[in-house]
Amino acid sequence: MKKQNLLTGKAKLAELLADNHRLLQLLPRFGIGLGFGDRSIEEVCRLNGVSHELFLIICHVYADNDFRPSQADLQRIDMSGLLPFLKASHQYYLDERFPHIEEHLQRIIEACGPQYGPMLRHFYDDYKQEVMRHIQYYEEVVVFPYIEALRQGEKSNGYHINEFRHNHTNIQDVLEDMMNILLKYLPGDILPKERIEISLDIMELSADLSFHSRIEDYVLIPYVENLESSLP
Amino acid sequence: MTNRVLICEPSEIISLGLTEIIQSHPKFDVVARMDTPEHLNEKIISSDANILVINPLLLGHPDRGGISQLQKEHPQLTIIALVTLLTDASWLKGYHGVFEINDSRLTITDKLNEIVQNHGKQEKGNEDVELSKREIDVLVAVAKGMMNKEIAEQMHLSIHTVITHRKNIARKTGIKSVAGLTVYAMIKGLMER
Repeated sequence: MKKQNLLTGKAKLAELLADNHRLLQLLPRFGIGLGFGDRSIEEVCRLNGVSHELFLIICHVYADNDFRPSQADLQRIDMSGLLPFLKASHQYYLDERFPHIEEHLQRIIEACGPQYGPMLRHFYDDYKQEVMRHIQYYEEVVVFPYIEALRQGEKSNGYHINEFRHNHTNIQDVLEDMMNILLKYLPGDILPKERIEISLDIMELSADLSFHSRIEDYVLIPYVENLESSLP
Repeated sequence: MTNRVLICEPSEIISLGLTEIIQSHPKFDVVARMDTPEHLNEKIISSDANILVINPLLLGHPDRGGISQLQKEHPQLTIIALVTLLTDASWLKGYHGVFEINDSRLTITDKLNEIVQNHGKQEKGNEDVELSKREIDVLVAVAKGMMNKEIAEQMHLSIHTVITHRKNIARKTGIKSVAGLTVYAMIKGLMER
């Protein structure tokens, strides 16, 4: 990816996407529709009510594993779009990625029969429940409301954003476990094509989740830490 | 994956300075600092560190076996000597890498990357993937939902040993979660025993 495109909003959005087509997935999460023609990143963002600086920082974290935005940038930029973006990402996992994986898994479970089918189903259901708990309870009930309150200048006692750090590793570990079970350990003759398909989906989801945790660790948490320390 | 670094160095100035340098690299996180090697084994396990940066004087001369003992107990751990005084080369035997007091920030992060990569490669080469009889027993107990403490009591092992077995099981099977290990044990037909 051309670094300049990630540093300036003057470039065309279409060029940025041509450099890294996986950034396409981010458009709906920012509420940016298609049909943007040859407009610049800055312009498309303005038309959609999104801070183009926030958009660029998030694209940069997405495209480069080693990139960490500076505290100065995080303080300067309008961050009001960050929580809606994270919520839209959660919604995307729950409404699109998981149902897609489940569809494949259902066929594999049926083909496995009574010997392995029920335990796979159980394994997946437990996993999904954990993800839902993480997303809905922790982020929507505890963490996000806490941040919204901070943004209004209210500091609630007893909670710090630091407790949120390192809370998502387990979710990815289990995905990796699931892939190892599907590829390495289930008998080879059970729906091999389907298992390759589902594994590619899982890899995609896993990459997206690791990007999502980088946004939480490198953008959300430093930003909130700064909010916390700026209040008395 | 982020690398988890444990620093063991008596001088707080040095250890804090090194922490600052290591933290500035996104792939490395300092998870704990110690000023003496007392309870080092426990700390390595509880902090789940994969890199130890330690002043070699704290482990004693390599001929006395401190460093090789440490490697035996933690085969996955990358151990780096942190040399702060003029030290004879014989003291650095057995370490995977060396940091020196006058290394620049860039040198240190470059060295870290290189050491971790090399050590990782060697490990993969001679990795053995079959579970031992003992590891299978621990795996089955984990799959049955037993806690480490219960497993230790039932098998007459120390908790420390149970944790080492569990780490080896995760490395050999590629499966980390209890739920995943349970499925693995069932597919392999280990649960009927």
